[in-house]
Amino acid sequence: MLNKDLKKITEEFNSQYKQIAGRITICGGTGCVANGCMKVYEAFQAEMKKQKVTFCLEISKECQGHYLSLSGCQGFCAHGPLVTVNDIFYTHVKPEDVPEIIEKTVVKGEVIDRLLYHNPATGDVCEHKDDIPFYAKQQRILLKDSGRINPRDIHEYIANGGYAQAKRVFTEMTPEEVCKEMIESGLRGRGGAGFPTGKKWDSARLEKEPKKYIVCNGDEGDPGAFMDSAVMEGNPNAVLEGMMIAARATGADEGVVYVRMEYPLAVRSIRAAIKQAEELGILGDNVFGSGQNFRIRVMEGAGAYVCGEASALIASVEGRRGMPRVKPPRTSSKGLFQKPTVVNNVETLALVPKVYEMGAKEFKKIGTEKSSGTKTFAVTGHVANTGLTEVPMGTTLRQLIDNVAGGTTNSDGTINKDAFKAAQIGGPSGGCLTKDQLDLPLDFDSLKSVGAMIGSGGLVVMNEHTCMVNVARFFLEFTKNESCGKCVPCREGTDQMLSLLTDIVEGRGTMETLDTLEELARAVQKTSLCGLGQSAPNPVLSTLKNFREEYIAHVKDKTCPAGVCKALAKYRILADKCKGCGMCKRACPVGAIDGQVGKPHQIDANKCIKCGNCQRTCKFGAVTR
Amino acid sequence: MENTAQKFVTIEGKKVAIEGERNLLELVRKAGFNITTFCYQPELAVFGACRMCLVELEGKGVVTSCTVPPKDGMVIHVNTDEVRKLRRINLELLLASGNHDCTLCEKSGNCKLQRMAKDMGVTSVRFKSKNVKTQRDCTSSALVRDPSKCILCGNCVRVCNEIQSIGAIDFACRGYKAKIATAFDKSMCESKECVSCGQCARVCPTGALTPNSAEVEDVYKAINHPTKKVAVHIAPAVRVGLGEIFGIPAGVSVDGKIAAALRMLGFDYVYDTSFAADLTIVEEASEFIRRFTEKDHLPQLTSCCPAWVSYVEKFVPEFIPNLSSARSPMQMMGPVLKADFVERGGKREDLVVVAVMPCSAKKMEAKLDKFYVDDNPDTDHVVTTVALARMIKDAGIDFANLADEEFDHPFGTKTGGGVIFGASGGVMEAALRYAAAELDPKREGNVIFESLRETKEFREAELKVGDIKVRVAVTSGLKNARKLLEDVKAGKAHYDFIEVMSCQGGCVAGAGQPQYEGWKIRKQRAKGLYADDAKLAYKSQDNKDVMALYGRVLDKIGGPKAHQLLHTHYKSQKEAK
Repeated sequence: MLNKDLKKITEEFNSQYKQIAGRITICGGTGCVANGCMKVYEAFQAEMKKQKVTFCLEISKECQGHYLSLSGCQGFCAHGPLVTVNDIFYTHVKPEDVPEIIEKTVVKGEVIDRLLYHNPATGDVCEHKDDIPFYAKQQRILLKDSGRINPRDIHEYIANGGYAQAKRVFTEMTPEEVCKEMIESGLRGRGGAGFPTGKKWDSARLEKEPKKYIVCNGDEGDPGAFMDSAVMEGNPNAVLEGMMIAARATGADEGVVYVRMEYPLAVRSIRAAIKQAEELGILGDNVFGSGQNFRIRVMEGAGAYVCGEASALIASVEGRRGMPRVKPPRTSSKGLFQKPTVVNNVETLALVPKVYEMGAKEFKKIGTEKSSGTKTFAVTGHVANTGLTEVPMGTTLRQLIDNVAGGTTNSDGTINKDAFKAAQIGGPSGGCLTKDQLDLPLDFDSLKSVGAMIGSGGLVVMNEHTCMVNVARFFLEFTKNESCGKCVPCREGTDQMLSLLTDIVEGRGTMETLDTLEELARAVQKTSLCGLGQSAPNPVLSTLKNFREEYIAHVKDKTCPAGVCKALAKYRILADKCKGCGMCKRACPVGAIDGQVGKPHQIDANKCIKCGNCQRTCKFGAVTR
Repeated sequence: MENTAQKFVTIEGKKVAIEGERNLLELVRKAGFNITTFCYQPELAVFGACRMCLVELEGKGVVTSCTVPPKDGMVIHVNTDEVRKLRRINLELLLASGNHDCTLCEKSGNCKLQRMAKDMGVTSVRFKSKNVKTQRDCTSSALVRDPSKCILCGNCVRVCNEIQSIGAIDFACRGYKAKIATAFDKSMCESKECVSCGQCARVCPTGALTPNSAEVEDVYKAINHPTKKVAVHIAPAVRVGLGEIFGIPAGVSVDGKIAAALRMLGFDYVYDTSFAADLTIVEEASEFIRRFTEKDHLPQLTSCCPAWVSYVEKFVPEFIPNLSSARSPMQMMGPVLKADFVERGGKREDLVVVAVMPCSAKKMEAKLDKFYVDDNPDTDHVVTTVALARMIKDAGIDFANLADEEFDHPFGTKTGGGVIFGASGGVMEAALRYAAAELDPKREGNVIFESLRETKEFREAELKVGDIKVRVAVTSGLKNARKLLEDVKAGKAHYDFIEVMSCQGGCVAGAGQPQYEGWKIRKQRAKGLYADDAKLAYKSQDNKDVMALYGRVLDKIGGPKAHQLLHTHYKSQKEAK
């Protein structure tokens, strides 16, 4: 039962917040931590002490001066560490910049031009976050608070309207009404399969069993996807509130947040939020006086990708080996400890309070008819602005890459919109989209229709210098290693597919290899037990479909058109460019190059070990591969 | 008129009624399509790993039939091109996955993987062979593990967990590195849990887990030894299992043919373990009568199943005082034969005793230190039913057409009480036959304890003699035994005598027997034993040669000499926690 009314908490927080003179927020997301933001954070504290600038690290009765806090991931990861002073937004901040920031911006309110974001496309200088196209072109509903508020202070979450929806569903709505609202919103699970959340809740609600569970799936594992960690780190209370609403909808009294242990920040953040929510009486017995209890605990996963699959996750929570089981029964009727269980992904749960805040009708207006709301995409690869984005469902790939992510780049980082070759969407379970599909709306059904999937929302953009066979091989190597080993097609099939792909990139493939690969890929897709195996061949099948000529070049002509596959490289010296300087001859570790000074040199292909030293040392661009 | 409530599934155009089948596979099999699968075992939880039971379900495409619950109106196709292609790919993947050199495999001829490849006509595999030669684990005298032949169907893991509640093995590692391992990947002999029951080998579709057959070579050596004499005795269950390998229907007792074949193989004395089973009854039942009268550690627990004894020692040592001190028939036969041999002027080590057993745990039992006198074991070698069949084939004996022969006497003499030892409930029934006559000498006619014969997992019976009531219970399968002991401990169950066999169904279902699936075959085997029983004397004390032995070698029933040769002791093997 709540110790203090949410309104009272809000009033107290707001009156205390008024005491501060300004706010300095440093992005504390994993990307920025890796870029050294913690050193920047420490430098701020040390330097403000040195410059005798009053500051505080938390909002309290005594707080005064500037409020210095870390936020969750702000998404603009390519440009971190990010520092916001009031509303001035600095990128690439180093500890050495801190004294100047304090002296000029914190104290005097002056703007330091060199730390602002300069739009490489237009040359515009952006003083505020919203001036940056990356942010301006997004629709941040889920990520709005993450990156703005202090995730370690539940009071700030509450003061921003947090837990009001949980309170409303527990005090003003019946479980049936809660489910109905969710069904109407059209929200579909953000974990990959896109199952309608309301339907899932409703079937758990209808189960007669009194004991039920809500499980939050935070076992994010797609290479390059980090939206769930960003949400758990940056706005853990939204996840907890979503779980509470799900608990109300289904009648569950226990919740488990399953987080992979490779996300220590997320684990700490969620744990801290649970503790604060318990202290305030938000979680615990008799939630909001409803008579229903709800408690949440955190369970750390040991890092098996397959534990993102609901039944494997449940096995893992129960202390068993993380292996998917056959269905039926579905987890909503027999889940954790054989009790009805709702397993929802982090992003889904964090969106739940927003659905109730906006109302199902308003929420449904965002996105497309069958895929409502916004979706986060973790954009990486050959784009100007790698990072975490949120756009309405149905946004086209072109809009996302060009407007938000700043466009495709060449391998040297310069923007070149024409360099786009393909985008892998949905991680290792997804598929490749081509130039022809740039205007495809990104939503569940459109992507499925072209053999890809939205997955968790990982998006890897690739330019012309990418070998698609190698890309398929990369993702397959991942799934091969992450297969649990239970069913034959996934365990053995992925291994054999990898072996066939290795043959292809190393020049041992034939046209027959392609046929075998394709037939095997389809068998793995059709006969695997769980989603991991069923989707593992997607990268292979979609590249085979869209870039077949590249495969054929590998097996027939024994060349890699993108020049990536080392084993297929044929180093040659162009006689018209070679000056006969002898640099390459000296650089060759195996004595494969011969030639007289001043005359074009030659490479003996039989001796060449394809190390590439000759190409790197040649000053005249005379060596090709 | 057709019953409108009856639900149907259409399989290849034929309507098949749904009658409580738990999945489509069972229906498909009922319809006469006996699809070969690896991971589906009727008595175990559905696992869905081998993906061999693929069928086409109209409206859904290709599905694994073992995981789909039947619904009225489903239309199934079993042999479409696509289904066959997909099954073949999965089979090829398995064939490439390990060491599947059929000609050099223990399981050759009786391997599901081999059979399936043959039936599908697979003569080449498109995938790279990952034939990684892993070390065979031959450290256990009972079982051999060869991970390179394992196809990870998980049957062994499930039987060990679900039927035996032991959990000695489980999956370890992930993906293509996944394997079956003991705790901490120790060798089989170091496993603190394994009780050698061998049920894992019984359900293994390939040669990854097999009873250890290395002793066959030692048996040949003994037979061909210039001076040593070799005595062989066959356990009750062997006579109703061996014939299956030679095309004789399950449950037909072939003891006469076995006796003939053993002589042809060169054994000097051909005996029947049933003789020792009668002896066991005399000792164990009289021990029971004493304990019952003195209220000494009741319920008494039977001790003839070595895996069960090992289970008590490893998991519930608090029940050791309840175990009968009587040795198992095999371990009574050895010392008796050797004592008799010495009595007749021979040297103990010059008689080699070979036991043919339906069991892997018997191999472990024979090697226990307590069953050695100086360096000479009471039982020299144990070979399984299947290994004996191999010896018979190797010698070129036309088993099916052999004329029946008698066992040698006196150690080939038996009563029905001794023969039914091979079926779950048989030991208890034989003990009650003995006790009924001892407690109530005036009783007329034979009491048949039909309720103890295998009908359900837990059976009980009551023997009334005047105002004395003896309550007995029978179960098989160690999970059932665990439950029974828990109930006894909690005071929820009250029995005076309990029979436990570690294999469900008793010795007829042992790991040394020809492999079978489902309940039918093992019930037929048990039936065969009861058919033999009906032709023989009723109770063990009617075995004149057994009773004569007391005068000649053993002295008094339960006396010091009998104790020395026929009884044993137990020790807790439970890890201190």
